[in-house]
Amino acid sequence: MFTDFFYILRQNKVPVSLVEWMTLMEALAKGHIKNLDEFYFLARAILVKSEAYYDQYDIAFQQYFQGVEAPEEITEQVLDWLKDPLSRLFLSEEEQAKFESMDFDELIKELEKRLEEQTGQHDGGGHWIGRGGTSPFGHSGYHPAGIRIGGQPGGRHAVQIAQERRFKNYRSDLTLDVRQIGMALKKLRQLRRTGLEDELDLEGTIKATAKNAGDLDFIWQRSRKNTVKLLLLMDVGGSMEPFAMLCSQLFSAAHSSTHFKDFQYYYFHNCIYDYLYKDVEREDAISTVHLLHTLEPDYKLLLVGDARMGPWELTERYGAINYYERNEIPGILWLKRIRDHFSHCVWLNPDDPRFWIHATVQMIGKLFPMYSLTLGGLEEAVGKLVVAK
Amino acid sequence: MKKDNFAQFSGSEDYVTSEPIRNAVNVSIALGRPLLIRGEAGTGKTLLAHSIARGLEKKLTIWNVKSTTKAQEGLYVYDTVQRLNDSRFGDKDVGDIKQYIKLGKLGQAFIAPEQVVLLIDEVDKADIEFPNDLLNELDEMSFYIPETNETISAIHRPITVITSNAEKELPDAFLRRCIFHYIEFPTPELMEEIVRVHFPDIKDNLISEALKTFYSLRKVDDFRKKPSTSELLDWIRALIAGGIPHEDIAKQVPFVGTLLKKENDYDFFVRNFATRRW
Repeated sequence: MFTDFFYILRQNKVPVSLVEWMTLMEALAKGHIKNLDEFYFLARAILVKSEAYYDQYDIAFQQYFQGVEAPEEITEQVLDWLKDPLSRLFLSEEEQAKFESMDFDELIKELEKRLEEQTGQHDGGGHWIGRGGTSPFGHSGYHPAGIRIGGQPGGRHAVQIAQERRFKNYRSDLTLDVRQIGMALKKLRQLRRTGLEDELDLEGTIKATAKNAGDLDFIWQRSRKNTVKLLLLMDVGGSMEPFAMLCSQLFSAAHSSTHFKDFQYYYFHNCIYDYLYKDVEREDAISTVHLLHTLEPDYKLLLVGDARMGPWELTERYGAINYYERNEIPGILWLKRIRDHFSHCVWLNPDDPRFWIHATVQMIGKLFPMYSLTLGGLEEAVGKLVVAK
Repeated sequence: MKKDNFAQFSGSEDYVTSEPIRNAVNVSIALGRPLLIRGEAGTGKTLLAHSIARGLEKKLTIWNVKSTTKAQEGLYVYDTVQRLNDSRFGDKDVGDIKQYIKLGKLGQAFIAPEQVVLLIDEVDKADIEFPNDLLNELDEMSFYIPETNETISAIHRPITVITSNAEKELPDAFLRRCIFHYIEFPTPELMEEIVRVHFPDIKDNLISEALKTFYSLRKVDDFRKKPSTSELLDWIRALIAGGIPHEDIAKQVPFVGTLLKKENDYDFFVRNFATRRW
């Protein structure tokens, strides 16, 4: 039953497992579902475990139940009868019960049948296609499993709710605010016991004391501290302008995080060559070689940039976009040096992944694991940074 | 279970529910699985459990989870220190370990003679492994106490409601066993209903002016913490208590401090209020 729906959900990247699917089957077998509205909410409650996937669920729901939307030609034919929305109507329980038995195939068939029978415009009433009324067809009416044909919805129903896609903003592949970025970065945290044994181990003390026949025996341990060091290198200016806001959010999240042992950041333009810059205006320079000498390889490296540039900027001697940089070593080699130095590095790309087919993006993508600068991408990237490359 | 038993929960007098919430609650009761509730702060996640308990006339057991809470504490605690103390200074029989086993909230819910509603509040506050440690107990609804060689199993499966603020990701294995519902921010219509439940005598123009102002404030993206339902209720309480005429609400936004809790938000409001740049 509905097995295709399961696969459509999986195609839409909703992480549904068999366990959940069997739970749904169990619920259906108990006969709790009276109509499609209830099915929509029941299946969502059982199958979807985060509001981040509500939107994909809505899309899958539409795909699976697409036959429900009135076909194009019927709409056109009927639209003439249905001009303005009338006010919404509520059904008595008795009427509601009567309609609840209809399923969708029946509805479609019934619609076609009534279309053939009906010859004129019709408002109100409970059978013909028209405005208001309680017929399952037409608009502004109220029917628990009804089909709306154009106009404004009166009562809202499952497929229509799915069509609204109200949960678009909860998707984790969209970019979000500073706090959420901060939360994602927090996962980088690695707590280690370091330093002097200056923290009382309460459990250990109790155990040891009990063993010691009740005479106090203190046990001390090292306190836990975060040992993560973060290096952030950001592309600024030029093609990165549209993403300036996003990058500044990432920056402020990283900067305000108190849980890093050390946090350093530098800027570059398009690609990294002999120098990195301490400011966005790129005036205060520091040599890349010096940086590689002074920073230990256990810094976690977060590169941010769209990686889009002229191929020569990456591969040619003197290829830097700023003529006066006169780089002896092509950018790609600089990037490779940086990658080889640090044991943990990722590249965050704010650009839409559809544009990642660009030649230089491809080349850089081979050097660094590349993730999109969205909440989902950032979480993946952080996951990657936790384990060594 | 018979079909008629399904629609058990239909809200309670002081808590307005929407159809999806009722559905999710009833599914979780029917299938005997924990209900995981998520949603913006102040949308009434915790109150839902209170409402279920009241609506179904069952007792509510609350387990407030904190960052230091361990799963074990919910099952039972073996009070070794008390036992040690008794062995030295007391006159109790320290050989009887049973008296030093104290059941936690989950254990109490299991042995309750009637079915209870168990609220595990803010599950994401605890350590990341916390939910995983409870998997088996929530599945089987029983646990074993090695110290006394006893197995505590649920007389009645408690109706379990778990709330989360999404501060930490919950483990997949845990999620698979739950029924999930995300409480959306109420629409103005639903909000009006909610307000009326709390203030049955409120005047029509006061409520409409207050809601208009409230939703226009919520539209401002520059606020760090947008006002939510509980703040709105506080604000309306203040408006009524202060006897503010409804025509002044939108003009002056009195008692804005009850709506905006962050200093930055308050500053932003004061700076931009005159120009109405939202």
